[in-house]
Amino acid sequence: MDLTLNVWRQNGPEDKGHMETYPVSGVSPDMSFLEMMDMLNDQIIRDGGDPVAFDHDCREGICGMCSMFINGEAHGPGRGVTTCQLHMRSFKDGDSITIEPWRASAFPVVKDLAVDRSAFDRIIQSGGYISVNTSGETLDANAIPVPKPQADEAFSAATCIGCGACVASCKNASAMLFVSAKVSQFALLPQGQPERASRVKRMVDQMDEEGFGNCTNTGACAVECPKGIDLSNIARMNRDFLKASADSE
Amino acid sequence: MSNNGLLKSSLAKKYLMALTGLFLCTFLVGHLAGNLQLFIQGAEGQQAFNEYAEFMTTFPLVKLLSYLTYACVLFHIVDGIVLTIRNRKSRPVGYVKEKGSANASWASRNMGVLGTIIAVFLVSHMQTFWYKMHFGEMPMHDGLKDLHTVVLAFFSPENSLGIVAVLGYVLAQMALAFHLVHGFQSGFQSLGLRHPKYTPAIEKTGYLFGIGVPLLFAIIPVFLYITQL
Repeated sequence: MDLTLNVWRQNGPEDKGHMETYPVSGVSPDMSFLEMMDMLNDQIIRDGGDPVAFDHDCREGICGMCSMFINGEAHGPGRGVTTCQLHMRSFKDGDSITIEPWRASAFPVVKDLAVDRSAFDRIIQSGGYISVNTSGETLDANAIPVPKPQADEAFSAATCIGCGACVASCKNASAMLFVSAKVSQFALLPQGQPERASRVKRMVDQMDEEGFGNCTNTGACAVECPKGIDLSNIARMNRDFLKASADSE
Repeated sequence: MSNNGLLKSSLAKKYLMALTGLFLCTFLVGHLAGNLQLFIQGAEGQQAFNEYAEFMTTFPLVKLLSYLTYACVLFHIVDGIVLTIRNRKSRPVGYVKEKGSANASWASRNMGVLGTIIAVFLVSHMQTFWYKMHFGEMPMHDGLKDLHTVVLAFFSPENSLGIVAVLGYVLAQMALAFHLVHGFQSGFQSLGLRHPKYTPAIEKTGYLFGIGVPLLFAIIPVFLYITQL
């Protein structure tokens, strides 16, 4: 396949950045999108240029590192896939592909297509955990009975890999799907109950502090989410936050 | 526990948006019920409509509700503007290529635009009828302010701008329809009222409400115009 790539180039956080066009040829339809990007970088290095910076790690759809806004959609045109799981057979020979970084004030561009997603880490640090005494008397999690439907729903929420596609897809750059998944995975389990109220308040406050936008319920996040995180998590968080705010002193 | 109060939170702004929006939905039902009397033709319809208008502007409980409605309109608009500004700030640099239609409905992505159209309509609408009824010079009929004649004259072929008024009205109702189709079910979601058993019914109701109410509103001026041809 022969393709034309329009790639966002930005030499550091302070640089203004611009789109640059690269023709690539000999792309195999069996390549993953990231392998195609490797090929592009090989070509750029051979030509003496600066390779395109992009995030990636496991390349099997579980780490949440790969990002990229491809042809107007987070992780490209596929559904339920990360960029590393997107294959070039999703495109046609001669296609022109626009590749941009996630766009959000809370996700500043580090370089080219790589953005700083540590805002997510700070949200987790603010309350995305349970406090357990690990002095040696720790109760085995399996010893606590959990009804199967709740366990399944908590697991579904916990499959969020924190890639940020929800923020990138949302027209308001809102992080509600991410935060609500992280709130829900504990809110649905008995272990999450003691800190349930303080957790949702802290995490929402941190989300606001990071400068993410508001949810206008367009549902774009859930459509683009590689893990299929459901909008019901957002409703649960809205409910829990209201309850926690009403109860607090 | 938390430094930020409820009111400072982004979610509180969404709760306010949802509560005011859903309250305004109930207002629409009341308003529509009154307007439907315009289908009654002749002296009987005139009497019924004028009595209704008199009731709506003088009955104490209705007056109280009307102040609540004004407040809701105001808060809904101000809150909407505040949220929009914050949301714009959250993405200072936009995408070169963004395929919004791939993952969200047009209405859900354009609530601000739709709301602005409705707000502009509201100003003109209140100036034409509400202001006249409350503070303006009104013709009288049987001891009542004759709003019926004012409405008919406004949506009349005799009025040089009658056709513009009808078209403007219909257009505004279309904007309202799109606004409601997204807004109704969105309000429930913002308040956290989502349940696998009830949400499908809420969504269906929102769809029927969002199409049905504006449609009935829009038919009235068209009906009045045609019957006066």
